[in-house]
Amino acid sequence: MKDSQIRGAEIVIKSLVAENARYIFGYPGGAIMPVYDALYDYMDHIQHILTRHEQGAIHAAQGYARVSGQVGVCMATSGPGATNLITGMADALIDSTPLVCITGQVASHLLGTDAFQETDVVGISMPATKWNIQVRKVEEIAPAIAKGFHIARSGRPGPVLIDITKDAQTAMGEFNYVPCLNIRSYRPYPKLDDKAIDRAARLINQAKKPYVLFGQGVVLGKAEKALEEFLDKSGIPAACTLLGTGAISESHPNFVGKLGMHGNYGPNLLTNQCDVLIAVGMRFDDRVTGDVKRYAKQAKVIHLELDPGEINKNVKCEVAVLGDCRISLEKLTGKVDQRTHPDWIKAFRELEAEEKRVVVGNDLSPTKVGLTMGEVVRHINEFKSDDAILVTDVGQHQMVAWRYFEYKTSRTQVTSGGLGTMGFALPAALGAQLHDYNRQVICVVGDGGIQMTFQELGTIMQTKAPVKVVLLNNNFLGMVRQWQQLFFDKRYSFTELDNPDFIKIAEAYNFRVQRVDVRGDLRQAVAEMFVHEGPYFLEVVVEKEDNVFPMIAAGSSVEEVRLS
Amino acid sequence: MNKRYTISVFTENFIGILSRITLIFTRRGINIDGFTASESREEGIYRITIVVHTTEEQIIQLSKQIEKIIDVIKAFYYLDDEMVFQEIALYKIPIDNIDSGLERVIRQHNARIISAEKDFVVVEMTGHKEETQELLEVLKEFNVLEFVRSGRVAVAKPMETIDKYL
Repeated sequence: MKDSQIRGAEIVIKSLVAENARYIFGYPGGAIMPVYDALYDYMDHIQHILTRHEQGAIHAAQGYARVSGQVGVCMATSGPGATNLITGMADALIDSTPLVCITGQVASHLLGTDAFQETDVVGISMPATKWNIQVRKVEEIAPAIAKGFHIARSGRPGPVLIDITKDAQTAMGEFNYVPCLNIRSYRPYPKLDDKAIDRAARLINQAKKPYVLFGQGVVLGKAEKALEEFLDKSGIPAACTLLGTGAISESHPNFVGKLGMHGNYGPNLLTNQCDVLIAVGMRFDDRVTGDVKRYAKQAKVIHLELDPGEINKNVKCEVAVLGDCRISLEKLTGKVDQRTHPDWIKAFRELEAEEKRVVVGNDLSPTKVGLTMGEVVRHINEFKSDDAILVTDVGQHQMVAWRYFEYKTSRTQVTSGGLGTMGFALPAALGAQLHDYNRQVICVVGDGGIQMTFQELGTIMQTKAPVKVVLLNNNFLGMVRQWQQLFFDKRYSFTELDNPDFIKIAEAYNFRVQRVDVRGDLRQAVAEMFVHEGPYFLEVVVEKEDNVFPMIAAGSSVEEVRLS
Repeated sequence: MNKRYTISVFTENFIGILSRITLIFTRRGINIDGFTASESREEGIYRITIVVHTTEEQIIQLSKQIEKIIDVIKAFYYLDDEMVFQEIALYKIPIDNIDSGLERVIRQHNARIISAEKDFVVVEMTGHKEETQELLEVLKEFNVLEFVRSGRVAVAKPMETIDKYL
C-alpha cells in the first residue's frame, strides 16, 4: 500500500469538496458510516446538515439547489435511508432540480442476500433519477461522482444517485479527481438550428395576437435578461407557469399573469384567442393546458425547448426551436420586428380588472369575519424585501401565495410543482435559507403539509436558520376539501383535521411564535415576524371553507376558467 | 393507426440500461413483442432491437425518451419494410412420431435438423415470425414438445450508421 492511498470514504468527501459542494444534507447509518467518519476530518471544508429524516435532507438539498443554482447534495444510508430519498428524487426529476444523492450500500459480497438494511435502491430509483449507478470498487468512486455532478447540472438538470458499497468505502485507493466534461452518449445541449429561428421569427412578425408562455427553463437557462429583451422589442404579452414565476419581474409592462388551474383569468382564457403561441422553457403540463384537445387549437405554436423529449409530447408545435433558450431568445430578438400590441394587451388588462373585481378584492381585503389566506400574503408583501424567497408547500395556500406574492427577481419561488409533494416546504425553506442567511425566506405552509415533515423544525433549530414559517391553518386538507365541495357533493371524506397546538410545538423547538385569529392583529404580527432575527413561527387561523379561484376544473378547457 | 415498428438502440455497456429502457415501455403500458441485445460492430457498443405495435406518434416519443437515457447513444425506429430482419425458431420433436413426412416439411420450409438425440430431434428455422409460425402449425402433427422463437435481429435499409453519433 502506497502512502498516497486513502480510504474510499475519504475519496467521497474529497470529491464533493472538489466539486465545491458547500453543504451535504444527510442522515448517518450503518452502511454510510465510513463516509461520516471521513467527514469528521473535513468539517472546515464542507458543512453537513443533519436533518431529522432523509426526506427532509433531500427536500432541503432541493431548496438549496433551486435558490442557488448549484447542485444540491444529500446523503443517506442503505435500506430505509435510501428509500426515504425517493420522493425527493421523483420531485427533483419532474421539476428539473440538480441533485447528487449519495447512499451507502451493504458490502458487495452481501448484495442480493437480503442483508440487514439492504435494498435495491438503484432499481427502485431508476424511474426517479436522471442517472444512477452502484459503485463497488474504490477506484470507481471519484469518476462516478464526477460523472454524477456533470449529469445533474448539465442540459435539463435532474437528480442522480450514487450508491456506494461499504467495502468500496473502506478500501484504499488513489485520489485523483478529474472533473467530467463530456460523456460520449450524452448530448445535453442540442445544436441550435438557425432555420428554425428564421421560421419562428417570420411567424412572430406576421402574428396579430402573439402570446409568450414561459416556464422554469428560462431560470435554468439563465435566460431572464434575454426574455426581457425579447419582450421589450417584440411587445408581446407574456404569462408564466408556476415554476417560471419570477423569471421576469411581475411589474414588467408585458407581464400579464400566471397560467394554470388556479392561474389568472385572462392568461388562461386568452390562450384560446392568440394566433401565435411562443412557449419558452415550459412543458405544457396538464395543469397548464387543461383539456389538451381544446388547448390553443387556433394558434401556431413555437416551442423553445432544450429537451427534445418535450417537443410534440403534449402539444404539437409548428416550429420547434431546440436548444438553450437563452441563445434562441437572443437570436430571435435580433430577427423580430420592434412592435407594440396595445389592443391585445388591453384584452388581458380588461380580464385582469374583472378578476380583481370578482376574486382578488375579496381575497386580499375581505369584509367577512374569517381571515383569508390572501390577506396574509398581502401583509407579507407589505413588509418583505424585493429579493425575499417564498417557499410553499402544496395545496390551497400554495396557489394563493403564488397568486398574490409579489415576485421581483428570479429564483425567489421555491415550490413542488410537478410532483405536488406535501411536506416539501419546511425542509426546502431550510435549504433555501442556508444558501444565504441574510435573505428573507418565508415558508408558507398548510396545516396538512407541515405535519408531514414537522420534524425539520428541529433542523432549523439546530442550524439557527432564520426561516419565517407562516402556517395558514384552516383545520382542513383544504384543496381536497375544495374538490369535495365542488365535485363530490360536499362529502368531506377524511379531510378535516384535529390539529395539535402548533404554537406549543414550535415553542418547544425554540421558535419565536405568534398566533393570530382576528384581523386586527394580523398586520402587526407579520411586521414583528420580519423584524425578528431568528426563526419565527406565525400561525394564522384562516377561514375553514374558503375556495381558490379562478379555477379550471380538471378536464375543462382553458377558456372554461371560472371566477367563482 | 397501430403498426409494427422496430427500434434499434445503440448503448454503452452499462449495468441497468436494459431496465431503464424497458421502464419506458412499462410506464406507458406498451407491450414489447420482441427484444434482443448483442454487441454491435463497434466494440463496447451494444445494439438492442425492440419490436412493438404502436402508433407513429407514440414511436417517436418512445424513441426520444429512450435517447434521453444517459448511456444511450442513439435510437432509430423503422417500419418492417425499412429493415431486413430475421428471427430464429427451434422445435423439439420426439423420435417416435417421425416419419418420412418430416423430411418433406423440412425441405419445404428451408428448415434443418441441428441435433438428433436418442429421444428427440431439434429442428431449426430462421425467417419472419409468420414463417416460423407456419412451420409450427405444420409440425404439430409430429407433436412439438418444445418451441421457442427468438426476438428479432434486424439491420436497417437506410445507409445511416452509428459512427456519426460517436
